[in-house]
Amino acid sequence: MHALTFTLLTLAGALLAGLVGALTGLGGGVVLVPLLTLGLGVDIRYAIGASLVCVIATSSGAAAAFVREGFTNIRIGMFLEIATTVGALLGTVLAAYVSSSALAVIFGIVLMFSAAQSMRQRVEHIAVTEPGTLGARLRLSSTYPVGGRIVSYGVEHVPTGFGLMFMAGILSALLGIGSGVVKVLALDRAMHLPYKVSTTTSNFMIGVTAAASAGVYLHRGYIDPVLVMPVVLGVLTGATLGARVLARVHVKPLRMLFTAIMVVLALEMLYQGLTKRI
Amino acid sequence: MNEPSAGNPHEDFALEQRLGTLLRGGVIVSAAVTLIGGIMHLAVHGNAPASYHTFRGEPETLRTVGGVIAGVLRGESIAIIQLGVLLLIATPIARVLISVIGFARERDWLYVGCSLLVLLLLFFSLAHGG
Repeated sequence: MHALTFTLLTLAGALLAGLVGALTGLGGGVVLVPLLTLGLGVDIRYAIGASLVCVIATSSGAAAAFVREGFTNIRIGMFLEIATTVGALLGTVLAAYVSSSALAVIFGIVLMFSAAQSMRQRVEHIAVTEPGTLGARLRLSSTYPVGGRIVSYGVEHVPTGFGLMFMAGILSALLGIGSGVVKVLALDRAMHLPYKVSTTTSNFMIGVTAAASAGVYLHRGYIDPVLVMPVVLGVLTGATLGARVLARVHVKPLRMLFTAIMVVLALEMLYQGLTKRI
Repeated sequence: MNEPSAGNPHEDFALEQRLGTLLRGGVIVSAAVTLIGGIMHLAVHGNAPASYHTFRGEPETLRTVGGVIAGVLRGESIAIIQLGVLLLIATPIARVLISVIGFARERDWLYVGCSLLVLLLLFFSLAHGG
């Protein structure tokens, strides 16, 4: 295949990944890596490198809109980024010892889990920070806007959240994804933050986590500029379009379709990994 | 719920706004640089075969900040794309740096410490490759 044809195909794939990422709220990485490896035959290490760069792009691009609305909790984000960056650096060390086949299998499992999470009903909660807990000592409570009103919220189970974030960091580096699913799990399910605060704070953290491993992978030669170029531009365009669509139309049927695509990709990654084709 | 020790949401908010603007600007600039480098590259090498099936790793010059800058100064299109990538990697780092400054202005030393630690980890990764 010529470079130009390859670039255009990659651009189209990345556009789709960005669109799916925005509409499912999972970010582009979980779809991008399977598309590159399964669809275009790219070595999983190049795919992981390119995907991490996209994860940074979508995180920084979306954060601009989110922080303006006042949902992001920067204290919680910054405190937990200690866990995700340490996890990410450990993940890059582990990546050197894990075979491509094993990576594909782990990827399939995470993708399956992500698909299940995207279909889950969300529960809105307002937690109360108990005095004397880690959350109180770290002053993690804050406020967020709900329909014009400012609502206070607290935080629970900070150590559990910290541990999950460490896991999210490892997975992010190992698989080249934002690990948004694990991050939201930590913030929403473990620490009981309001859903909107969880997703935006998770997005805020994703870029920093990905930057930690992207630096290492740059040194290892995983980041190929000619591959990254269409991938980044495609994902950014797809994510921007996705955000527009999200604001306008009823997305439930689209979300169902994309979740089905993710399940198929997950099964294919598992199959290719288990049969050592990747 | 409203503990007296909670951070000042107004100052936090001003900081968040500055962060938001910075991030969007960083993404737009890096996407533009990447696009320019990409067009330059494809204009010359568009017919060359593309192969990412086997991992060979990038040449040394594309693996370090110094190497990329040297390549850009020589006018290499691939290095220009990689500069766009580096700018993109720099946006979250700048975000953490601004947080350090913001927390220092609020004299919130606990969070100055947290952000500085994250910043150190990021610099370590970019400078030494982990």
